[in-house]
Amino acid sequence: MTETSLPAKARRRGLSEAWFAWALIFPAVAFIGVIVAWPLLETIRLSFTNADMNSESWVGLSNYQKLLGSTKFFTIIGLTFYWMVLSVSLKLIVGLIGATLLSAAVPGRALFRMLIMPPWVIPIAIGCIGWLWVYNGQFGIVSGMAQRFGLLSGPFEFLAYKNSAFYSCIITDVWVGTPMVSLFFLAAMQGVSRDLYEAAWVDGAGRWYRFRRITIPQIMPVIVSMALLSAIWTFNSFDIIWILTQGGPRGGTTTMIIDTYKTAIGNFKFGEGSARAVAIVILLGLFSLLYLTLLNRVNKFYGVK
Amino acid sequence: MLMDRYNIWQKIGIYAAILVFLTFILLPFVEMFRTSLSPMSHLFHSPYEFWTTEFSFQAYHDMWIKVPLLGRYILNSIYVATMVTVLTMIFVIPAAYAYARLEFPFKSISLGAFLAVNMFTGAVLLIPLYRVMQTLSLLNTYWSMIIPGVAFLIPTGIWLLRGYLEKIPRELEEAAFVDGASRIYTLRRVVLPLAVPGLIVVGVSVFIGAYAQQYLFAITFNQVREYQPLAAGLFEFIGYQSVEWNQMMAAALTGILPVIIVFLFLQKYLVAGLTAGAVKE
Repeated sequence: MTETSLPAKARRRGLSEAWFAWALIFPAVAFIGVIVAWPLLETIRLSFTNADMNSESWVGLSNYQKLLGSTKFFTIIGLTFYWMVLSVSLKLIVGLIGATLLSAAVPGRALFRMLIMPPWVIPIAIGCIGWLWVYNGQFGIVSGMAQRFGLLSGPFEFLAYKNSAFYSCIITDVWVGTPMVSLFFLAAMQGVSRDLYEAAWVDGAGRWYRFRRITIPQIMPVIVSMALLSAIWTFNSFDIIWILTQGGPRGGTTTMIIDTYKTAIGNFKFGEGSARAVAIVILLGLFSLLYLTLLNRVNKFYGVK
Repeated sequence: MLMDRYNIWQKIGIYAAILVFLTFILLPFVEMFRTSLSPMSHLFHSPYEFWTTEFSFQAYHDMWIKVPLLGRYILNSIYVATMVTVLTMIFVIPAAYAYARLEFPFKSISLGAFLAVNMFTGAVLLIPLYRVMQTLSLLNTYWSMIIPGVAFLIPTGIWLLRGYLEKIPRELEEAAFVDGASRIYTLRRVVLPLAVPGLIVVGVSVFIGAYAQQYLFAITFNQVREYQPLAAGLFEFIGYQSVEWNQMMAAALTGILPVIIVFLFLQKYLVAGLTAGAVKE
């Protein structure tokens, strides 16, 4: 008998363990089967057709050939990965700094922890409306204050130019994602045994040394899994870009998910849109696989299980 | 404790850094609040002025007239998120228990498949999902927003709750078995009561997910104004001849206030609770 299974006596009664387990899981599997797996298969099928609102016929690989032959598509892929890497790195760095600050033993800490919650718990669309106003050139606080202090000579529309729109979206995305990352890191930091810190402190280790050699390695598992989850969510982040810029100006913020939405829902080209959706799934799958493989290597190298 | 003592400069540094961090986090809310208090004439004043003596709560009154369904939108948001949370938990609890406690074939593969669902957010599968909703004749109903929400939250829910259930001592269940309790009875009467703190944390996380991400499904699957959640309904302030920005901000802040207050109270449990799910040994 393995250590994890229940006593033999219990196992004999009623359903076998395996059947019982599958009975418990089945509802969730069936639900996801209908709402996620079936549409996924349907997406793959549609990607080989030229489906639109009324008709569809089989066109083989032509949607994919079109994609691979367009330089614009590769620009979009590049932009999407740049978007993901930059935004996730910022979320992790700002989140780590935030969690460290919020775990510092200073009066008012409980209040500060509450105050970082709002961007996470409100609808993303509503936070974006706030940012829409912040970025407004005529009436927004950033442009307005910059003019007051003489940093800008006139109104500056942050969302009207390719580069500034892209980085504005990044900032908003980091704003939406940071509270959750901070809270997960904070929770992980609180799980680290105080004995470790005390032992290090007695040995004369400074604060920075303790952070680097105890905190970071101890919460590494959370950092690693948060990074992957955050990367996937950021890659597919839709609401933020759609509300702030709708992918513009001139494609400056068109990531793969925005491109897919525009093609499929905006222009009713279901077939071509599906091919783009499949491309997202393939790229994300490859990315996750690569990430997990590298992680495994690193873990083995350091002898961590 | 001596180890945690800071000298005065370190304290100043920490507070300054927290101030910068919180400014970034709260800036849009401050700006929304300021906008909601300003009369339109001040908002469009040029050159830019941060402060005015004309601040008033007029917009909080006018918004109900400008968008009569506003109250409905706020309730819709909460209703949809609550339904999503309840349904998700019904699917998540048994599955998470199976993954935490039982041994069965395809265990790790099926768990991996669940987690892979995270890769297909609603936006990727929108086209066929639209057709599924059409086939089930759920378009333009509350269900068209609830059902996809549930599907995409189940995997994270299972993952979080599993971490919790693994922490519950196994001996208690074994004692119940020895006393002749059935599996279902043990799950209901022994495991679930012990897992209440975990259930709260997972439930709250699911609610946050459901509440925060209603926009896409709402604008795609639902055209009925009466069913729109706040995130989509707010855009009614745009699209008339002029945009009443102050009323829009007032409506946004009023709409999120009840939920924010609830979360401020739950925050303590959340931070403590996430530890159990997120960190394993």
